[in-house]
Amino acid sequence: MTMKVDPSVKWSGPTRPYDLIKELAVAVLVIGLLAAGLSFLFSSPDEKAVTLKSWAQTNPVDFAQTATGELAGTTTSASYGPPYNKAASGQHFGILKLQDWSGVRIPINPAKSFVLNPLASYNDVAGQDAVVTWNAATADQQTAWATGYADALGKAKDATAVADPSNLYGPVPTLITSLLNMAKGGALDGSLLTSDSTLPTNFTKPLLFLADSEGYFAAKAEEQHLGGGQWGVMNETGSWPGQSWLWLFSFWYQVDPFKSSDNADTLVMLLMGLFTLLLALVPVLPVIRKIPYKIPIHRLIWKDWYNKKL
Amino acid sequence: MSTSWTTRVRKATLESYKPEDLLPDTQPAYVASWIYIFGVATIAAFVMLIATGLWLTLEGPAWWHGSGVGHFANSMHLWSVELFFVFMVVHLWGKFWMAAWRGRRIATWVSGVVAFMASLVTAFTGYLIQTNFDSQWIATEAKDGFNSIGVGAFFNALNTGQAILLHVALLPLVLGGIVVWHIILIRRKGVVPPIDNDATLEGSK
Ligand code: HEM
Repeated sequence: MTMKVDPSVKWSGPTRPYDLIKELAVAVLVIGLLAAGLSFLFSSPDEKAVTLKSWAQTNPVDFAQTATGELAGTTTSASYGPPYNKAASGQHFGILKLQDWSGVRIPINPAKSFVLNPLASYNDVAGQDAVVTWNAATADQQTAWATGYADALGKAKDATAVADPSNLYGPVPTLITSLLNMAKGGALDGSLLTSDSTLPTNFTKPLLFLADSEGYFAAKAEEQHLGGGQWGVMNETGSWPGQSWLWLFSFWYQVDPFKSSDNADTLVMLLMGLFTLLLALVPVLPVIRKIPYKIPIHRLIWKDWYNKKL
Repeated sequence: MSTSWTTRVRKATLESYKPEDLLPDTQPAYVASWIYIFGVATIAAFVMLIATGLWLTLEGPAWWHGSGVGHFANSMHLWSVELFFVFMVVHLWGKFWMAAWRGRRIATWVSGVVAFMASLVTAFTGYLIQTNFDSQWIATEAKDGFNSIGVGAFFNALNTGQAILLHVALLPLVLGGIVVWHIILIRRKGVVPPIDNDATLEGSK
Protein backbone atom coordinates (compact mmCIF):
# COMPACT_ATOMS: atom_id res chain seq x y z
CA MET A 1 0.00 0.00 0.00
CA THR A 2 1.70 3.19 -1.10
CA MET A 3 -0.98 5.54 0.01
CA LYS A 4 -0.02 9.15 -0.52
CA VAL A 5 -0.31 10.97 2.73
CA ASP A 6 -0.27 14.72 3.07
CA PRO A 7 0.96 15.37 6.61
CA SER A 8 -0.59 18.81 6.84
CA VAL A 9 -4.13 17.59 6.27
CA LYS A 10 -6.08 16.24 9.17
CA TRP A 11 -6.10 12.43 9.15
CA SER A 12 -9.30 10.90 7.78
CA GLY A 13 -8.03 7.35 7.31
CA PRO A 14 -8.53 4.34 9.57
CA THR A 15 -8.21 4.80 13.30
CA ARG A 16 -7.63 2.63 16.32
CA PRO A 17 -9.07 2.90 19.82
CA TYR A 18 -6.89 4.64 22.34
CA ASP A 19 -7.18 5.55 26.02
CA LEU A 20 -5.00 8.56 26.71
CA ILE A 21 -5.74 8.89 30.42
CA LYS A 22 -5.29 5.19 31.11
CA GLU A 23 -2.01 5.17 29.21
CA LEU A 24 -0.70 8.10 31.23
CA ALA A 25 -1.86 6.56 34.52
CA VAL A 26 -0.15 3.27 33.71
CA ALA A 27 3.01 5.09 32.64
CA VAL A 28 3.17 7.05 35.90
CA LEU A 29 2.70 3.84 37.87
CA VAL A 30 5.34 1.91 35.94
CA ILE A 31 7.88 4.72 36.09
CA GLY A 32 7.16 5.28 39.78
CA LEU A 33 7.89 1.61 40.42
CA LEU A 34 10.99 1.75 38.25
CA ALA A 35 12.33 4.80 40.13
CA ALA A 36 11.53 3.15 43.47
CA GLY A 37 13.32 -0.03 42.39
CA LEU A 38 16.40 1.89 41.27
CA SER A 39 16.35 3.86 44.52
CA PHE A 40 16.24 0.68 46.61
CA LEU A 41 19.05 -0.87 44.60
CA PHE A 42 21.36 2.09 44.11
CA SER A 43 20.24 4.84 46.52
CA SER A 44 21.90 8.21 45.75
CA PRO A 45 25.26 9.84 46.53
CA ASP A 46 25.78 12.29 49.36
CA GLU A 47 29.37 13.32 49.96
CA LYS A 48 29.37 15.72 52.92
CA ALA A 49 29.80 19.42 52.17
CA VAL A 50 33.13 20.99 53.04
CA THR A 51 33.69 24.18 55.04
CA LEU A 52 36.50 26.65 55.65
CA LYS A 53 36.76 24.95 59.02
CA SER A 54 37.25 21.46 57.55
CA TRP A 55 39.76 22.92 55.10
CA ALA A 56 41.81 24.65 57.82
CA GLN A 57 41.73 21.52 59.97
CA THR A 58 42.52 18.96 57.24
CA ASN A 59 45.07 20.91 55.26
CA PRO A 60 46.24 23.96 57.24
CA VAL A 61 49.30 24.36 55.01
CA ASP A 62 47.17 24.74 51.89
CA PHE A 63 44.90 27.11 53.79
CA ALA A 64 47.83 29.32 54.88
CA GLN A 65 49.26 29.40 51.35
CA THR A 66 45.92 30.21 49.74
CA ALA A 67 45.14 32.94 52.28
CA THR A 68 48.55 34.49 51.64
CA GLY A 69 47.80 34.30 47.93
CA GLU A 70 44.63 36.34 48.55
CA LEU A 71 46.75 39.10 50.11
CA ALA A 72 49.31 38.88 47.31
CA GLY A 73 46.57 39.01 44.69
CA THR A 74 47.69 35.77 43.02
CA THR A 75 44.71 33.45 43.57
CA THR A 76 42.05 32.72 40.99
CA SER A 77 39.46 34.98 42.62
CA ALA A 78 41.96 37.77 43.31
CA SER A 79 42.80 37.91 39.60
CA TYR A 80 39.31 37.06 38.32
CA GLY A 81 37.64 40.16 36.91
CA PRO A 82 33.88 40.54 36.38
CA PRO A 83 31.45 39.95 37.97
CA TYR A 84 33.58 40.03 41.15
CA ASN A 85 36.27 42.68 40.61
CA LYS A 86 38.29 44.64 38.09
CA ALA A 87 41.47 42.57 38.42
CA ALA A 88 41.05 41.38 34.82
CA SER A 89 38.59 41.85 32.00
CA GLY A 90 37.62 38.18 31.79
CA GLN A 91 37.08 35.98 28.76
CA HIS A 92 36.00 37.14 25.37
CA PHE A 93 35.32 35.98 21.83
CA GLY A 94 36.70 38.44 19.30
CA ILE A 95 35.07 41.78 19.99
CA LEU A 96 32.37 40.06 22.08
CA LYS A 97 33.41 40.90 25.64
CA LEU A 98 30.29 39.64 27.38
CA GLN A 99 32.00 39.01 30.71
CA ASP A 100 33.47 42.50 30.80
CA TRP A 101 30.21 44.12 29.71
CA SER A 102 28.22 42.41 32.46
CA GLY A 103 30.16 44.52 34.96
CA VAL A 104 31.09 44.04 38.60
CA ARG A 105 27.67 43.07 39.96
CA ILE A 106 28.90 40.81 42.78
CA PRO A 107 31.76 42.91 44.18
CA ILE A 108 34.39 40.88 46.01
CA ASN A 109 37.88 42.00 46.94
CA PRO A 110 39.41 38.72 48.14
CA ALA A 111 42.10 40.28 50.38
CA LYS A 112 39.46 42.40 52.14
CA SER A 113 36.51 40.02 51.94
CA PHE A 114 38.28 36.78 52.90
CA VAL A 115 41.10 37.95 55.19
CA LEU A 116 41.06 41.53 56.46
CA ASN A 117 37.39 42.19 57.16
CA PRO A 118 36.80 38.91 59.03
CA LEU A 119 39.92 39.52 61.19
CA ALA A 120 38.97 43.11 61.89
CA SER A 121 35.76 41.98 63.56
CA TYR A 122 37.19 38.88 65.26
CA ASN A 123 38.08 38.82 68.91
CA ASP A 124 41.85 38.43 68.47
CA VAL A 125 43.88 41.50 69.36
CA ALA A 126 47.05 40.45 67.51
CA GLY A 127 45.02 39.85 64.35
CA GLN A 128 43.21 43.19 64.67
CA ASP A 129 46.49 45.05 65.16
CA ALA A 130 47.95 43.32 62.12
CA VAL A 131 44.97 44.51 60.06
CA VAL A 132 45.60 48.09 61.20
CA THR A 133 49.29 47.83 60.24
CA TRP A 134 48.38 46.34 56.84
CA ASN A 135 45.85 49.07 56.12
CA ALA A 136 48.34 51.81 57.01
CA ALA A 137 50.89 50.57 54.47
CA THR A 138 51.13 51.53 50.79
CA ALA A 139 49.88 49.14 48.14
CA ASP A 140 53.45 48.44 47.00
CA GLN A 141 54.54 47.65 50.53
CA GLN A 142 51.54 45.33 51.00
CA THR A 143 52.33 43.43 47.82
CA ALA A 144 56.02 43.13 48.74
CA TRP A 145 55.12 41.71 52.17
CA ALA A 146 52.56 39.27 50.85
CA THR A 147 54.52 37.98 47.86
CA GLY A 148 57.62 37.63 50.04
CA TYR A 149 55.68 35.59 52.56
CA ALA A 150 54.02 33.52 49.84
CA ASP A 151 57.48 32.59 48.52
CA ALA A 152 58.73 31.77 52.01
CA LEU A 153 55.70 29.53 52.69
CA GLY A 154 56.15 27.88 49.31
CA LYS A 155 59.80 27.15 50.07
CA ALA A 156 59.02 25.84 53.55
CA LYS A 157 56.52 23.44 51.91
CA ASP A 158 54.97 21.87 54.98
CA ALA A 159 54.70 24.89 57.26
CA THR A 160 51.66 26.98 58.18
CA ALA A 161 53.97 29.79 59.30
CA VAL A 162 57.54 30.95 58.71
CA ALA A 163 59.61 32.90 61.24
CA ASP A 164 60.37 36.49 60.24
CA PRO A 165 63.28 37.70 62.41
CA SER A 166 64.25 40.59 60.10
CA ASN A 167 60.63 41.75 59.58
CA LEU A 168 60.47 41.17 55.82
CA TYR A 169 56.79 40.30 55.76
CA GLY A 170 55.29 42.97 58.03
CA PRO A 171 51.93 41.95 59.53
CA VAL A 172 51.36 39.11 57.06
CA PRO A 173 52.55 36.17 59.25
CA THR A 174 50.26 37.36 62.06
CA LEU A 175 47.34 37.87 59.69
CA ILE A 176 47.66 34.36 58.31
CA THR A 177 48.15 32.66 61.67
CA SER A 178 45.16 34.51 63.14
CA LEU A 179 42.99 33.69 60.12
CA LEU A 180 44.00 30.04 60.32
CA ASN A 181 42.95 29.90 63.97
CA MET A 182 39.72 31.70 63.21
CA ALA A 183 38.97 29.20 60.44
CA LYS A 184 39.88 26.16 62.54
CA GLY A 185 37.35 27.18 65.17
CA GLY A 186 34.63 27.70 62.55
CA ALA A 187 34.28 31.45 63.07
CA LEU A 188 35.47 32.28 59.54
CA ASP A 189 32.61 30.34 57.94
CA GLY A 190 30.11 32.34 59.98
CA SER A 191 31.87 35.62 59.32
CA LEU A 192 31.95 35.22 55.51
CA LEU A 193 28.37 34.00 55.39
CA THR A 194 26.89 36.78 57.48
CA SER A 195 28.96 39.60 55.99
CA ASP A 196 26.20 40.59 53.55
CA SER A 197 23.08 39.29 55.22
CA THR A 198 22.20 38.27 58.74
CA LEU A 199 20.10 35.36 57.46
CA PRO A 200 22.48 33.83 54.95
CA THR A 201 21.41 31.84 51.90
CA ASN A 202 24.27 33.03 49.72
CA PHE A 203 27.52 31.07 49.79
CA THR A 204 29.44 33.10 47.22
CA LYS A 205 32.25 34.25 49.52
CA PRO A 206 33.12 30.98 51.30
CA LEU A 207 32.80 29.04 48.03
CA LEU A 208 35.01 31.44 46.09
CA PHE A 209 37.62 31.23 48.85
CA LEU A 210 37.39 27.42 48.87
CA ALA A 211 37.65 27.33 45.10
CA ASP A 212 41.03 29.09 45.35
CA SER A 213 42.35 26.07 47.23
CA GLU A 214 44.27 23.59 45.14
CA GLY A 215 45.51 21.30 47.86
CA TYR A 216 42.13 20.69 49.49
CA PHE A 217 39.04 21.57 47.44
CA ALA A 218 40.33 20.79 43.95
CA ALA A 219 42.28 17.78 45.24
CA LYS A 220 39.13 16.37 46.79
CA ALA A 221 37.29 16.85 43.50
CA GLU A 222 40.03 15.09 41.54
CA GLU A 223 39.76 12.21 43.99
CA GLN A 224 36.07 12.00 43.08
CA HIS A 225 36.92 12.24 39.36
CA LEU A 226 35.12 15.59 39.12
CA GLY A 227 37.97 17.61 37.63
CA GLY A 228 37.43 19.68 34.47
CA GLY A 229 39.88 17.46 32.57
CA GLN A 230 37.97 14.41 33.80
CA TRP A 231 34.60 15.29 32.24
CA GLY A 232 33.89 16.82 35.64
CA VAL A 233 30.72 18.79 34.90
CA MET A 234 28.70 15.72 34.07
CA ASN A 235 30.01 13.38 36.78
CA GLU A 236 28.71 12.66 40.26
CA THR A 237 30.65 11.79 43.39
CA GLY A 238 31.20 8.03 43.73
CA SER A 239 30.06 5.97 40.76
CA TRP A 240 26.53 7.35 40.32
CA PRO A 241 25.39 8.69 36.99
CA GLY A 242 25.55 12.47 36.93
CA GLN A 243 24.32 14.93 34.36
CA SER A 244 25.28 12.65 31.49
CA TRP A 245 23.12 14.79 29.17
CA LEU A 246 25.89 17.41 29.41
CA TRP A 247 28.28 15.07 27.57
CA LEU A 248 28.66 17.27 24.52
CA PHE A 249 29.29 20.26 26.74
CA SER A 250 31.99 18.39 28.69
CA PHE A 251 33.45 16.96 25.51
CA TRP A 252 34.76 20.28 24.19
CA TYR A 253 36.83 20.85 27.32
CA GLN A 254 38.72 17.63 26.57
CA VAL A 255 39.91 18.65 23.09
CA ASP A 256 41.78 21.46 21.39
CA PRO A 257 41.43 24.31 20.58
CA PHE A 258 39.21 24.61 23.64
CA LYS A 259 41.36 22.66 26.09
CA SER A 260 44.29 25.03 25.80
CA SER A 261 42.39 28.28 25.20
CA ASP A 262 42.26 31.09 27.75
CA ASN A 263 38.74 31.73 26.54
CA ALA A 264 37.60 28.10 26.71
CA ASP A 265 34.44 28.85 28.69
CA THR A 266 33.25 31.57 26.35
CA LEU A 267 34.00 29.42 23.30
CA VAL A 268 32.22 26.35 24.65
CA MET A 269 29.18 28.31 25.87
CA LEU A 270 28.78 30.10 22.55
CA LEU A 271 29.30 26.89 20.59
CA MET A 272 26.62 25.12 22.63
CA GLY A 273 24.32 28.08 22.07
CA LEU A 274 24.89 27.70 18.34
CA PHE A 275 24.22 23.95 18.50
CA THR A 276 20.98 24.59 20.35
CA LEU A 277 19.90 26.99 17.65
CA LEU A 278 20.81 24.44 14.98
CA LEU A 279 18.83 21.74 16.80
CA ALA A 280 15.79 24.01 16.78
CA LEU A 281 16.35 24.68 13.07
CA VAL A 282 16.73 21.01 12.06
CA PRO A 283 13.36 21.03 10.23
CA VAL A 284 14.64 23.70 7.81
CA LEU A 285 18.34 22.83 7.55
CA PRO A 286 19.03 21.80 3.93
CA VAL A 287 20.91 18.50 4.21
CA ILE A 288 20.04 17.55 7.76
CA ARG A 289 16.28 17.59 7.27
CA LYS A 290 16.57 15.06 4.46
CA ILE A 291 18.51 12.52 6.54
CA PRO A 292 15.43 10.75 7.92
CA TYR A 293 14.23 10.19 4.33
CA LYS A 294 17.61 8.83 3.22
CA ILE A 295 18.22 6.52 6.15
CA PRO A 296 14.88 4.75 6.48
CA ILE A 297 14.66 4.14 10.21
CA HIS A 298 11.02 5.22 9.89
CA ARG A 299 10.45 1.89 8.08
CA LEU A 300 11.28 0.24 11.37
CA ILE A 301 9.26 2.63 13.48
CA TRP A 302 6.11 2.27 11.38
CA LYS A 303 6.87 -1.32 10.42
CA ASP A 304 3.28 -2.54 10.79
CA TRP A 305 1.93 0.34 8.76
CA TYR A 306 4.31 -0.23 5.86
CA ASN A 307 3.67 -3.97 6.02
CA LYS A 308 -0.01 -3.21 5.39
CA LYS A 309 -0.99 -4.95 8.59
CA LEU A 310 -3.09 -1.93 9.51
CA MET B 1 -12.64 40.36 14.96
CA SER B 2 -14.27 41.04 18.26
CA THR B 3 -12.81 43.76 20.46
CA SER B 4 -13.69 41.86 23.59
CA TRP B 5 -10.60 40.27 25.10
CA THR B 6 -12.80 37.61 26.58
CA THR B 7 -14.30 36.68 23.22
CA ARG B 8 -10.88 36.57 21.64
CA VAL B 9 -9.46 34.33 24.34
CA ARG B 10 -12.49 32.02 24.09
CA LYS B 11 -12.13 31.79 20.32
CA ALA B 12 -8.40 31.15 20.54
CA THR B 13 -8.79 28.49 23.19
CA LEU B 14 -12.09 26.75 23.86
CA GLU B 15 -13.50 27.23 20.36
CA SER B 16 -10.43 26.14 18.46
CA TYR B 17 -10.22 22.75 20.11
CA LYS B 18 -12.87 20.11 19.97
CA PRO B 19 -13.11 18.11 23.22
CA GLU B 20 -12.26 14.92 21.31
CA ASP B 21 -9.09 16.57 19.95
CA LEU B 22 -7.87 17.44 23.41
CA LEU B 23 -8.76 14.13 25.03
CA PRO B 24 -8.95 11.70 22.10
CA ASP B 25 -10.22 8.13 22.44
CA THR B 26 -9.05 7.14 18.98
CA GLN B 27 -5.80 7.66 17.10
CA PRO B 28 -4.87 7.29 13.43
CA ALA B 29 -4.09 3.65 12.71
CA TYR B 30 -0.39 4.34 12.17
CA VAL B 31 -0.01 5.42 15.81
CA ALA B 32 0.98 1.90 16.71
CA SER B 33 4.66 1.80 17.45
CA TRP B 34 6.85 1.45 20.52
CA ILE B 35 8.35 4.87 19.79
CA TYR B 36 5.18 6.66 20.90
CA ILE B 37 5.68 5.35 24.42
CA PHE B 38 8.61 7.70 25.00
CA GLY B 39 6.65 10.97 24.84
CA VAL B 40 4.17 9.69 27.40
CA ALA B 41 6.99 8.18 29.47
CA THR B 42 8.68 11.59 29.55
CA ILE B 43 5.49 13.16 30.90
CA ALA B 44 5.13 10.37 33.44
CA ALA B 45 8.71 10.89 34.61
CA PHE B 46 7.95 14.61 34.87
CA VAL B 47 4.93 13.82 37.06
CA MET B 48 7.20 11.71 39.27
CA LEU B 49 9.70 14.57 39.41
CA ILE B 50 7.05 16.99 40.65
CA ALA B 51 5.73 14.45 43.17
CA THR B 52 9.14 13.49 44.60
CA GLY B 53 10.28 17.12 44.46
CA LEU B 54 7.28 18.20 46.53
CA TRP B 55 8.08 15.39 48.94
CA LEU B 56 11.60 16.81 49.33
CA THR B 57 10.26 20.29 50.10
CA LEU B 58 8.49 19.10 53.23
CA GLU B 59 11.36 19.40 55.67
CA GLY B 60 13.80 21.77 54.00
CA PRO B 61 16.86 21.47 51.79
CA ALA B 62 19.13 19.74 54.33
CA TRP B 63 16.55 17.21 55.53
CA TRP B 64 17.71 14.35 53.37
CA HIS B 65 21.27 14.34 54.73
CA GLY B 66 20.18 13.04 58.09
CA SER B 67 17.00 11.08 57.43
CA GLY B 68 16.54 7.66 55.88
CA VAL B 69 13.14 8.63 54.52
CA GLY B 70 14.57 11.89 53.20
CA HIS B 71 17.43 10.07 51.51
CA PHE B 72 14.97 7.71 49.84
CA ALA B 73 12.92 10.69 48.62
CA ASN B 74 16.13 12.15 47.22
CA SER B 75 17.00 8.87 45.49
CA MET B 76 13.51 8.73 43.94
CA HIS B 77 13.95 12.28 42.69
CA LEU B 78 17.41 11.52 41.25
CA TRP B 79 16.32 8.34 39.46
CA SER B 80 13.24 10.06 38.09
CA VAL B 81 15.57 12.68 36.59
CA GLU B 82 17.75 10.03 34.99
CA LEU B 83 14.69 8.27 33.54
CA PHE B 84 13.20 11.59 32.42
CA PHE B 85 16.29 12.40 30.36
CA VAL B 86 16.68 8.90 28.91
CA PHE B 87 13.04 8.97 27.75
CA MET B 88 13.30 12.50 26.40
CA VAL B 89 16.46 11.80 24.41
CA VAL B 90 14.97 8.62 22.85
CA HIS B 91 11.82 10.66 22.12
CA LEU B 92 13.90 13.38 20.46
CA TRP B 93 15.78 10.91 18.25
CA GLY B 94 12.53 9.16 17.44
CA LYS B 95 10.95 12.40 16.28
CA PHE B 96 14.03 13.14 14.20
CA TRP B 97 13.93 9.82 12.36
CA MET B 98 10.19 10.24 11.84
CA ALA B 99 10.83 13.76 10.48
CA ALA B 100 7.97 14.62 12.79
CA TRP B 101 8.13 18.31 11.85
CA ARG B 102 6.35 17.60 8.56
CA GLY B 103 2.99 19.17 7.84
CA ARG B 104 3.50 22.49 9.61
CA ARG B 105 4.63 20.84 12.83
CA ILE B 106 7.84 22.88 13.08
CA ALA B 107 6.50 24.72 16.13
CA THR B 108 6.02 21.37 17.84
CA TRP B 109 9.65 20.47 17.20
CA VAL B 110 10.84 23.88 18.40
CA SER B 111 8.73 23.66 21.55
CA GLY B 112 10.40 20.28 22.15
CA VAL B 113 13.86 21.83 21.83
CA VAL B 114 12.81 24.59 24.24
CA ALA B 115 11.57 21.91 26.66
CA PHE B 116 14.91 20.13 26.37
CA MET B 117 16.84 23.30 27.19
CA ALA B 118 14.54 24.22 30.06
CA SER B 119 15.01 20.68 31.41
CA LEU B 120 18.80 21.05 31.31
CA VAL B 121 18.65 24.30 33.25
CA THR B 122 16.17 22.92 35.76
CA ALA B 123 18.23 19.78 36.35
CA PHE B 124 21.37 21.87 36.70
CA THR B 125 19.86 24.05 39.44
CA GLY B 126 18.76 20.82 41.12
CA TYR B 127 22.36 19.65 41.24
CA LEU B 128 23.31 23.02 42.74
CA ILE B 129 20.99 22.65 45.71
CA GLN B 130 22.03 19.22 46.95
CA THR B 131 23.81 21.06 49.80
CA ASN B 132 26.71 18.58 49.70
CA PHE B 133 30.20 18.43 48.23
CA ASP B 134 28.97 17.69 44.72
CA SER B 135 26.82 20.83 44.66
CA GLN B 136 29.69 22.95 46.01
CA TRP B 137 32.04 21.67 43.35
CA ILE B 138 29.56 22.00 40.49
CA ALA B 139 28.77 25.56 41.56
CA THR B 140 32.40 26.65 41.59
CA GLU B 141 33.13 24.99 38.24
CA ALA B 142 30.01 26.16 36.45
CA LYS B 143 30.30 29.77 37.59
CA ASP B 144 33.18 30.22 35.13
CA GLY B 145 30.96 29.15 32.24
CA PHE B 146 28.19 31.55 33.20
CA ASN B 147 30.59 34.37 34.03
CA SER B 148 32.36 33.95 30.69
CA ILE B 149 29.23 34.98 28.79
CA GLY B 150 28.07 37.61 31.27
CA VAL B 151 25.22 35.52 32.66
CA GLY B 152 27.00 34.90 35.96
CA ALA B 153 26.47 38.50 37.00
CA PHE B 154 22.73 37.77 37.17
CA PHE B 155 22.53 34.03 37.80
CA ASN B 156 25.09 33.35 40.51
CA ALA B 157 25.68 29.59 40.84
CA LEU B 158 27.33 30.20 44.23
CA ASN B 159 24.17 31.77 45.61
CA THR B 160 22.45 28.67 46.98
CA GLY B 161 19.33 30.58 47.97
CA GLN B 162 18.83 31.81 44.42
CA ALA B 163 19.30 28.29 43.04
CA ILE B 164 16.80 26.85 45.53
CA LEU B 165 14.08 29.31 44.59
CA LEU B 166 14.69 28.87 40.88
CA HIS B 167 14.69 25.10 41.10
CA VAL B 168 11.73 24.72 43.41
CA ALA B 169 9.44 27.43 42.12
CA LEU B 170 10.18 29.28 38.91
CA LEU B 171 11.80 26.65 36.68
CA PRO B 172 9.33 23.78 37.25
CA LEU B 173 6.48 26.19 36.51
CA VAL B 174 8.16 27.35 33.32
CA LEU B 175 8.98 23.79 32.24
CA GLY B 176 5.45 22.65 33.05
CA GLY B 177 4.12 25.50 30.91
CA ILE B 178 6.39 24.54 28.03
CA VAL B 179 5.27 20.90 28.21
CA VAL B 180 1.61 22.01 28.13
CA TRP B 181 2.40 24.20 25.10
CA HIS B 182 4.14 21.22 23.42
CA ILE B 183 1.16 18.91 24.04
CA ILE B 184 -1.42 21.46 22.88
CA LEU B 185 0.49 21.95 19.63
CA ILE B 186 0.48 18.18 19.09
CA ARG B 187 -3.21 17.84 19.85
CA ARG B 188 -4.01 20.68 17.45
CA LYS B 189 -2.22 19.07 14.52
CA GLY B 190 -2.78 15.44 15.34
CA VAL B 191 0.04 12.92 15.24
CA VAL B 192 2.17 13.13 12.12
CA PRO B 193 1.55 10.37 9.52
CA PRO B 194 4.31 8.05 8.30
CA ILE B 195 6.83 9.26 5.77
CA ASP B 196 5.35 8.17 2.46
CA ASN B 197 6.62 8.80 -1.04
CA ASP B 198 7.14 12.14 -2.58
CA ALA B 199 3.78 13.56 -1.71
CA THR B 200 5.09 13.81 1.80
CA LEU B 201 8.38 15.28 0.73
CA GLU B 202 6.60 18.08 -1.09
CA GLY B 203 4.42 18.77 1.90
CA SER B 204 7.33 18.66 4.27
CA LYS B 205 7.74 22.41 4.56
C1 HEM C 1 9.85 17.70 28.54
C2 HEM C 1 10.11 17.03 27.47
C3 HEM C 1 9.10 16.47 26.49
C4 HEM C 1 7.87 15.92 26.72
C5 HEM C 1 7.19 15.72 28.07
C6 HEM C 1 7.31 15.54 25.45
C7 HEM C 1 6.09 14.92 25.27
C8 HEM C 1 5.54 14.57 24.04
C9 HEM C 1 4.35 13.77 23.83
C10 HEM C 1 3.53 13.16 24.94
C11 HEM C 1 4.14 13.67 22.50
C12 HEM C 1 3.03 12.89 21.79
C13 HEM C 1 3.32 11.41 21.81
C14 HEM C 1 4.55 11.04 21.04
O1 HEM C 1 4.59 11.29 19.83
O2 HEM C 1 5.47 10.50 21.65
C15 HEM C 1 5.18 14.44 21.85
C16 HEM C 1 5.28 14.64 20.48
C17 HEM C 1 6.30 15.32 19.85
N1 HEM C 1 7.50 15.74 20.43
FE1 HEM C 1 7.84 15.81 22.42
N2 HEM C 1 8.22 15.90 24.46
C18 HEM C 1 9.31 16.45 25.05
C19 HEM C 1 10.47 16.89 24.42
C20 HEM C 1 10.63 16.92 23.02
C21 HEM C 1 11.86 17.20 22.34
C22 HEM C 1 13.20 17.49 23.04
C23 HEM C 1 11.59 17.17 20.99
C24 HEM C 1 12.51 17.41 19.82
C25 HEM C 1 13.42 18.30 19.77
C26 HEM C 1 10.20 16.87 20.83
C27 HEM C 1 9.56 16.78 19.61
C28 HEM C 1 8.27 16.30 19.45
C29 HEM C 1 7.54 16.30 18.20
C30 HEM C 1 8.05 16.86 16.86
C31 HEM C 1 6.30 15.71 18.45
C32 HEM C 1 5.14 15.52 17.46
C33 HEM C 1 5.20 14.14 16.93
C34 HEM C 1 4.05 13.77 16.07
O3 HEM C 1 3.28 14.59 15.59
O4 HEM C 1 3.98 12.56 15.87
N3 HEM C 1 9.65 16.69 22.08
N4 HEM C 1 6.04 14.97 22.82
